[in-house]
Amino acid sequence: MTTQVIKDQSQERQKQMLADYFDSLAHAKENGRKVVYTFVPGNLTELIANFDLLPVLPEINALQNGMRGRTGDFIHAAEKSGHSEDVCTYVKADIGMLKAGNLGPTGQPLPKPDMLLLSYTGCFTFLKWFELLRKEYADCPVVMLHVPYQGDGHVTPQMRKYVADQIRDKVIPALETLSGRKFDPDKLKRDLKRSSAAEDDLVWVLESARHKPSPIDAYFGGVYYIGPIFTAFRGTQDAVDYYQLLRGEIEERIRLGLGPVTPEGNLSEEKYRIVTEGPPNWTSFREFWRMFYSEGAVVVASTYTKVGGLYDRGFRHDPANPIETLADYCMGCYTNLSLPERINLIESYMNEYQADGLLINSVKSCNSFSAGQLLILREIEKRTGKPGGFIESDLVDPRYFSAANIKNRLESYFQMIEARRGRA
Amino acid sequence: MTTATEQSKVDALVSRAQALYEDVSFESVRRWKGQAECRKAIGFLPIYAPREVIHAAGALPVGILGGGDQLEIVRGDSFFQSYICHLPRSVVEMAVSGRLDTMDGFLFPSICDVIRNLSGMFQMLLAGKYVHYLDLPQNFDSELGGEFYRTELHAIADAVGALTGTRVTDARLHGSIALYNQNRRAIHDLLQLRREQPWLVPTTEYYLLLRAGYLLPVDQHTALIDEYLQAVPHAGRRPLDNIRVLIRGAFCEQPPLALLRTLERAGCYVVDDDFVLGSRFIPGPLDETGDPWTALVEGFTRHSVSTASKYDEANTKGEDLVSLVREVRADGVLLMAPSFCDPALLDQPMLQSALDKAGIPFTSFKYSEDTGQFQVIREQAGTFADAIKLWGKA
Ligand code: SF4
Ligand code: SF4
Repeated sequence: MTTQVIKDQSQERQKQMLADYFDSLAHAKENGRKVVYTFVPGNLTELIANFDLLPVLPEINALQNGMRGRTGDFIHAAEKSGHSEDVCTYVKADIGMLKAGNLGPTGQPLPKPDMLLLSYTGCFTFLKWFELLRKEYADCPVVMLHVPYQGDGHVTPQMRKYVADQIRDKVIPALETLSGRKFDPDKLKRDLKRSSAAEDDLVWVLESARHKPSPIDAYFGGVYYIGPIFTAFRGTQDAVDYYQLLRGEIEERIRLGLGPVTPEGNLSEEKYRIVTEGPPNWTSFREFWRMFYSEGAVVVASTYTKVGGLYDRGFRHDPANPIETLADYCMGCYTNLSLPERINLIESYMNEYQADGLLINSVKSCNSFSAGQLLILREIEKRTGKPGGFIESDLVDPRYFSAANIKNRLESYFQMIEARRGRA
Repeated sequence: MTTATEQSKVDALVSRAQALYEDVSFESVRRWKGQAECRKAIGFLPIYAPREVIHAAGALPVGILGGGDQLEIVRGDSFFQSYICHLPRSVVEMAVSGRLDTMDGFLFPSICDVIRNLSGMFQMLLAGKYVHYLDLPQNFDSELGGEFYRTELHAIADAVGALTGTRVTDARLHGSIALYNQNRRAIHDLLQLRREQPWLVPTTEYYLLLRAGYLLPVDQHTALIDEYLQAVPHAGRRPLDNIRVLIRGAFCEQPPLALLRTLERAGCYVVDDDFVLGSRFIPGPLDETGDPWTALVEGFTRHSVSTASKYDEANTKGEDLVSLVREVRADGVLLMAPSFCDPALLDQPMLQSALDKAGIPFTSFKYSEDTGQFQVIREQAGTFADAIKLWGKA
């Protein structure tokens, strides 16, 4: 009972934060507030807030619309207007939404961008996405922040300098001009301190999955836990409070020996501990989740919850080096890691979280994630001796979620784990 | 000098280029390396790598553009899902079948997420070889992207120099730039001739000549083109009633030769395209007098061509395409992209709307490097050409 109340509190809080956020977007123009569109991985939320500007994150709109069943029509509209079937559906869902009147996921209007901040971390499609949006919004100004890839497996001082210099010499002046405000370094430091506090609690929550049974699901539940920190709320007191609340809730679950919350109540028995690679599907999110919890499968670690940063590997926003820390953050997101580093990370999750196997959900949209996943699978199987599973779907295109097929595959996969256990 | 002798000269040059094109096991590179102990070869993927730096370090830059329709894919498919383009399959096939063993290292220029991740796959599949992801700047400010790129150039020079034992001095780099400038001039002349008299330079020949530059030492390639340019005007070729087209979208995975032949048979003279784009990514000569590193940096940040994988900072890609269509007097545009190629396919709506606005006819289709069926493309291109011939528009 207590648990239920705590759970409701943290969820309610997040819901309210999101509602307030979309509300402030809907009224941005009448309140004289300017809007910066930017992407989730490596976003500069604290910096945007420094100028009292509002961020809009197109991937969040696409995924929220996907969860609400609206993206099928949007994608169809975009394809009818000349966009290829073959490309990322986030882009098409966004363009389709725009063509349908630009009402956001809550049904309220989204404001037009006053600037497109093209911080493209870990994905080339971002670049094309904003080139396309620039055309839709009468040549809205774009500020490019090129974030180098960790091709050799690490961040070099030159890479850090390149990003930090761009932030200092290009991004900040552009935000100053747009907002008419001076950059406030003290405020940035204050906000980064709050980011770091919230990040501590997030990491604690994610690592709680090391317990047996795990008190959380680090994929289906995880996407809610990362929401505020990956998006518009990092650096705010709201985010700090949310993560404290969440942490309290999970502490309580551990104390009571409870498994994760599912849409149908607490999971009673943890049968399989799984690590996942790849984003979830959003159009059938609940159905997809049910395929796991109905079999007693709990995701104990996921790479998707690292697309906005590898906090669990020690990164924190550092108020003492505000610009360099933003640069490091941009470069440190999961899809900006080299393939061998991604494999090393997954291997360490398999061991640290005592997982029974790795399951890859390969999404058609996202070459950034998907190209190379079959090699990841083979390598992890080889290194850990644990079985790997592979399913295919998409992010927000309902045509690519074949429920029967995925369910079959998952069931066989869980049976395979069972069989291996029998042999062990 | 008879027409027949000139034609047979051309034939000999083209068959030399064709043999190189068919050399998917890089035997020519193996032979080149065999001539001296210290010779090394560095493979680079599409689109652009600074070949001058590799050359100055005493190595042979070798373009790796996939296996086309000539390579049987045995294991490559098991590395990629069905919705990923074809090029990485044939490249991995080459790697796991030992065809790339003669290469001493690889550069993966930033172009898309597939090539990017492929660099990591190579680090694992060919462990021990030099594999570097070359992060070409998307910020073109010389103090920012330019400085970052300069450090990349030096890192490559050091790494390749360590393999060959040859340090890249300014003098050596100057020498390499001069050689590549001659190559740029030869390619420019070839492009000009084709533009002016496309019946003299069939697309397949032009293509094979460009591709040869991805395997031959640069001076030999320049000579090959120059000989071709001297012979072909006297080979007795006559114009046909073809339309003039410009092609966009084929900058990475290359169309099979038979597809190019199909376009020509369907009545299209190709007068501009983005095949083998790395060979002319910086079209004009680089500065040969000042600091050679700066020449390379400026070449990339200021003078390289526009393409889908490069951020269109000036926001002029549509207008630029329209001006080019007019400059080369193209009657229409073929937007042809490899299936599942995000950069090319995401670019298309922007190019289409610019062409639409300017009233320039275009048609679009997808291909794969191993496409074997051309019926639909032949009909589409044929109808496009006929409509332009009849009505001046498609
Ligand atoms: S390709 Fe992947 S990372 Fe890029 S926008 Fe699409 S879903 Fe996001
Ligand atoms: S064909 Fe396109 S998607 Fe494939 S590797 Fe080349 S640029 Fe990338």
